[in-house]
Amino acid sequence: MKLTLKIWRQPDSAAKGAMHTYQLNDVSPDMSFLEMLDVLNEDLNAKGEEPIAFDSDCREGICGMCGLMINGQAHGPEVTTTCQLHMRSFKDGDVITIEPWRADAFPVLKDLCVDRGAFDRIIQQGGFISANTGSAPEANNLPVNKADADRAFNVATCIGCGACVAACPNGSASLFMAAKITHLGLLPQGQPERETRVVNMVAQHDHEGFGGCTNIGECAAACPKEIPLDVISQLNKDLRTAIKRGH
Amino acid sequence: MATTTLVKGARGSRSTVALKLLMAGSGLIFIGFVLMHMYGNLKMFAGHDAFNTYAEHLRTFGEPMLPRTGLLWVLRIVLIVSLLLHAYSAFILWGRANGARSQRYAVKKNLASSLSSRMMRWGGVTLLLFIIWHLLNFTIGKINVAGGATNDPYNLVVDSFGTWWLTIIYLVAMVALGMHLHHGTWSAMQTLGFTGTEAARRRAKTAGWLVALVVAGGFSLVPLAVLFSLITK
Amino acid sequence: MGTLDPSGTVALNKASVQKSDDAAGFYALGDKLVDDKAPTGPIKDRWTNRKFENRLVNPANRRKLSVIIVGTGLAGASAGATLGEAGYHVKTFFYQDSPRRAHSIAAQGGINAAKNYMEDGDSTFRLFYDTVKGGDYRSRESNVYRLAEVSANIIDQCVAQGVPFARDYGGLLDNRSFGGVQVSRTFYARGQTGQQLLIGAYQALERQVAAGTVEAYSRHEMLELIVADGRARGIVARDMVTGEIETHLADVVVLASGGYGNVFFLSTNAMGCNVTATWRAHRKGAYMANPCYTQIHPTCIPVSGDHQSKLTLMSESLRNDGRIWVPKDRADRDKDPRQIPEEDRDYYLERIYPAFGNLVPRDIASRAAKYQCDDGKGVGPGGLGVYLDFADAIARLGRDAVEAKYGNLFDMYQRITGENPYEVPMRIYPAVHYVMGGLWVDYDLQSNVPGLFVTGEANFSDHGANRLGASALMQGLADGYFVLPNTIREYLADGPFDKLDEAHPAVAEARANVEDRLGRLLAIGGERSADSYHKELGHIMWEYCGMERTKEGLTLAIEKIRALKQDFWSNLRVLGTADSLNQSLEKAGRVADFMELGELMCIDALNRRESCGGHFRAESQTEDGEALRHDDEFAYVAAWEFGGGADGEPMGTPVLHKEDLIYTAIEMKQRSYK
Ligand SMILES: Cc1cc2nc3c(=O)[nH]c(=O)nc-3n(C[C@H](O)[C@H](O)[C@H](O)COP(=O)(O)OP(=O)(O)OC[C@H]3O[C@@H](n4cnc5c(N)ncnc54)[C@H](O)[C@@H]3O)c2cc1C
Ligand code: HEM
Ligand code: HEM
Ligand code: SF4
Ligand code: F3S
Ligand code: FES
Repeated sequence: MKLTLKIWRQPDSAAKGAMHTYQLNDVSPDMSFLEMLDVLNEDLNAKGEEPIAFDSDCREGICGMCGLMINGQAHGPEVTTTCQLHMRSFKDGDVITIEPWRADAFPVLKDLCVDRGAFDRIIQQGGFISANTGSAPEANNLPVNKADADRAFNVATCIGCGACVAACPNGSASLFMAAKITHLGLLPQGQPERETRVVNMVAQHDHEGFGGCTNIGECAAACPKEIPLDVISQLNKDLRTAIKRGH
Repeated sequence: MATTTLVKGARGSRSTVALKLLMAGSGLIFIGFVLMHMYGNLKMFAGHDAFNTYAEHLRTFGEPMLPRTGLLWVLRIVLIVSLLLHAYSAFILWGRANGARSQRYAVKKNLASSLSSRMMRWGGVTLLLFIIWHLLNFTIGKINVAGGATNDPYNLVVDSFGTWWLTIIYLVAMVALGMHLHHGTWSAMQTLGFTGTEAARRRAKTAGWLVALVVAGGFSLVPLAVLFSLITK
Repeated sequence: MGTLDPSGTVALNKASVQKSDDAAGFYALGDKLVDDKAPTGPIKDRWTNRKFENRLVNPANRRKLSVIIVGTGLAGASAGATLGEAGYHVKTFFYQDSPRRAHSIAAQGGINAAKNYMEDGDSTFRLFYDTVKGGDYRSRESNVYRLAEVSANIIDQCVAQGVPFARDYGGLLDNRSFGGVQVSRTFYARGQTGQQLLIGAYQALERQVAAGTVEAYSRHEMLELIVADGRARGIVARDMVTGEIETHLADVVVLASGGYGNVFFLSTNAMGCNVTATWRAHRKGAYMANPCYTQIHPTCIPVSGDHQSKLTLMSESLRNDGRIWVPKDRADRDKDPRQIPEEDRDYYLERIYPAFGNLVPRDIASRAAKYQCDDGKGVGPGGLGVYLDFADAIARLGRDAVEAKYGNLFDMYQRITGENPYEVPMRIYPAVHYVMGGLWVDYDLQSNVPGLFVTGEANFSDHGANRLGASALMQGLADGYFVLPNTIREYLADGPFDKLDEAHPAVAEARANVEDRLGRLLAIGGERSADSYHKELGHIMWEYCGMERTKEGLTLAIEKIRALKQDFWSNLRVLGTADSLNQSLEKAGRVADFMELGELMCIDALNRRESCGGHFRAESQTEDGEALRHDDEFAYVAAWEFGGGADGEPMGTPVLHKEDLIYTAIEMKQRSYK
């Protein structure tokens, strides 16, 4: 198929970027979206134009490294990651607009690559259970209700891709943060730090410059791992409890 | 606004979520108020005296324990404080959200969000303007656009909605209110943490529709009834 | 089952003596290598004793000791978190934007541990035994026993961190059997075990970052090892965003940089997996052990065209119900498989291996598929695929039951291929998956360069010639949480070492080397992209050093790789600059290292004229075409010393150091699946 690609190009974070238009004439529907960009990059390289920078690593939908805004949808038209999107989701003659995640907390590094370090710092503020190596009790000493364990797993599948932020009109990272808070809050091991965790993570979230959540719900629709909106409710509840208890 | 520092000494009460809790709390008070107010307005259908008695009753309620209009003032203060908190939080969050994405997308699609949810801020501003006019109209200024009496609540209402453009202003405001409540009701539940399951989320969304239709619809009945001369002096 | 020699002193095999010399002329023979940290005595006491013998570092001194860790996969992140907690000053480096994205995240199946929760006869000794046997008797027994011993602690540790393993209705941890073993000892978190384990380790690491004991350098690529006065003392890294070349110095360097399966271009590894960190260390004197041991996984989604950038693994469990076949007649290759009648299909695994059928081990299934395709019977694009058919299973169990079992795999297959596997048989093909080879380390996980430790897939230590399913995750975490923190103390007890400054000749030289190399890559100004060279290298490796290796093929491959390397250094085109984010430049550096590694892999494979585990030499098979080991000749670890040669120049002759493998607890046996 033939495609017209409008792609954001920006040499570095300080520079001003702009959309550029490229033409690809021979795209196979079996290619993944990123393989299509690989082909474009080979072309550009051959023509002496610097290839387009974009991130990816596992290309299996699990590492969370990839992530592009494709025609106004985070990760494109399917519920999956950019790397698992295939060209058969498009048709001959399509015009595809490709932009980086846009959020001031995710500065653009170059072209389509952004810096998501803010997510790591949110995790640093309590997105863990303090269990020093070697001090762990026998694993089966503390049974976990299966329903809770399953739900904890479901929300723990967040890959930290940032699509939720990219899709949210407020640029909020609530879904990402809430998935972690819910995961750890469902397990008995997560209880001792539950209140400080939510307070500190939310404080860091705000400090990084993410917007507040107004329950719009675009985030959950964009999430490739289908993290549900309930987790944000859980986060709010945990924070309310923490405030009540003087945190 | 990217940073690399970690926050120290965080307080839950200083977070965006705390602001949201304030909005939800005040929002619920508003919901309570508009439901009552809407119910009160329906007394217009019971006729001139019933409605005026009700208006008077509001002022004498609780006497002699409370001075005349005592309860009304308690209510007014609660509402004013709520409005200030609600608007304050709204504007702070609005500012933050704008700062969170200073560079916009060239193309952006909305997939799951309702129009109501995206209109909250402008809808809120519309409501604010409406409330100011509404108070001038019926409470503080008692402006009678038809030039009639202003000391008779029933007649003031009938005179007002006998004026087509004022009715339209009100109906537009009711659409704004309906939308604000459609998202606001569910949103308040979510903010308060009552929607931790899919079922609870669906219930809250249904509640949003219900409250929106009942309140906006209920309020609209009186202006429409006046316009179509079902209610007359 | 028990130890054959409880005293641990009586050797059950003799040191091997190599008679063949296929690689003559390509290598030089060096001194024998002895692991002088290897403990002796009863196998079950070795680790306990070693932990006790290793000196301690007083907590007040730990702050003064600095550790560099390259890699934040399971091996690196767990080590970083643990050493940080202990109070050392740790710096971690990784090329992704977050430690959580390391390739370990992609592991699906699970992690083994000898907990014996199922009371099905599992034990530390059985896990040890299965692992040595699975590795075709090419691993060290002391290391493997230790791995089995600490495996149970890993599960405790991960559960305490909140890793959401699957549980049963009673709320206790669930297990499954995996990789053909007869006990249920695999812990799992649906099909995302690696992800959940890594996120646990990542969170523990981030906790230390917040506590100030660990500094994390994201988007930093290690490009050189600094060896000063005989000790590894630091690295040269490139900030991949600004392009700045940085030197980082420390008392000890740990490489946890993962495997190099991407030397084949197409593999199930993440796009960024590379050999640069370990290859640079190899060039600085660290021995590369058993580089040719590669694991090829039979059930991957086949290549769909030239554009293919990587391959996707599909769980081995599919072989439990799917039947593998190809058309008997080559002419039927392009026919709709549903139109091919039963009698025209060849269910070749069931035919050749009636006892095991479709469930033969990974390497056998992979090779059998290759033979069918070589014979022109392969299906799908390029004739590189065989059918994995669920029609019988659907008829027998019903579509719903099949969906319940494999639904998510079927969905993934459909997303990638656009074909509906409920209707049309799946197509599968083998793909490179894991490398057992890596930098040589002693029992303490220290390489032959003092102060350079290597953990996880980057080292060669525990899997011998073949790795069992669910054992890589176990090894990564065992190394990082429990082994390294206990062995590194012995080395650090002598520290802090003399302060080095940037002006030290070793530091300046390493730095200059990096700058010079990047400059050269950019300056070539030729015609071809780094990616195109990588693809070509991959083809050579897959063709000649893949599932089946021959003397002629390997010799030819060495020649081809050398020519390719020469072309690379004269006809490469890298655009952009060194002082900005430049993914082509990153790629070029990695491909340059892969080419040198590829050559060494071929030499190693050429020398090892036996078939063991993942390494199959056509010259060494039984009459019915099965792998044939030669314990009398090759029961040794092949540790290669770099033969010299500047970047871009031909490599000098590598020197082979042999470390004999002597067993006291297990007797070597030949495997059979007929
Ligand atoms: C698809 C797939 C499924 C698998 N499933 C299983 C399974 O079910 N069970 C099992 O036990 N094993 C499985 N494995 C194998 C297992 O996942 C890996 O062997 C293991 O995770 C390797 O961990 P590691 O910590 O050694 O390295 P990795 O996780 O590969 O981490 C390498 C780290 O090094 C960094 N790095 C690399 N090079 C550089 C450099 N030059 N400079 C700076 N940093 C660098 C990277 O950024 C990364 O942080 C699977 C593998 C694959 C490919
Ligand atoms: C068509 C719809 C409405 C009608 C006919 C109506 C009518 C009135 C009347 C007659 C009064 C004066 C009552 C009195 O002084 O006793 C009043 C007061 C008031 N109304 Fe409305 N109203 C409507 C909608 C609303 C809405 C939507 C809001 C808020 C969002 C609102 C908020 C108020 C307030 C705050 C007062 C002042 C109460 C007080 O403190 O005295 N009204 N309204
Ligand atoms: C001063 C004018 C107002 C402004 C600027 C305003 C703005 C907002 C905004 C921005 C929100 C948050 C949107 C969200 O959570 O998605 C909100 C929520 C809400 N508003 Fe208003 N609003 C105003 C007046 C009102 C009035 C008059 C009512 C009721 C009659 C009301 C009821 C609510 C409710 C119930 C919510 C939900 C609370 C929550 O989200 O948790 N608001 N408003
Ligand atoms: S919540 Fe979903 S969209 Fe957000 S980071 Fe996690 S996986 Fe990505
Ligand atoms: S889209 Fe944004 S507003 Fe909240 S519900 Fe999702 S974070
Ligand atoms: S590249 Fe890993 S999720 Fe897409």
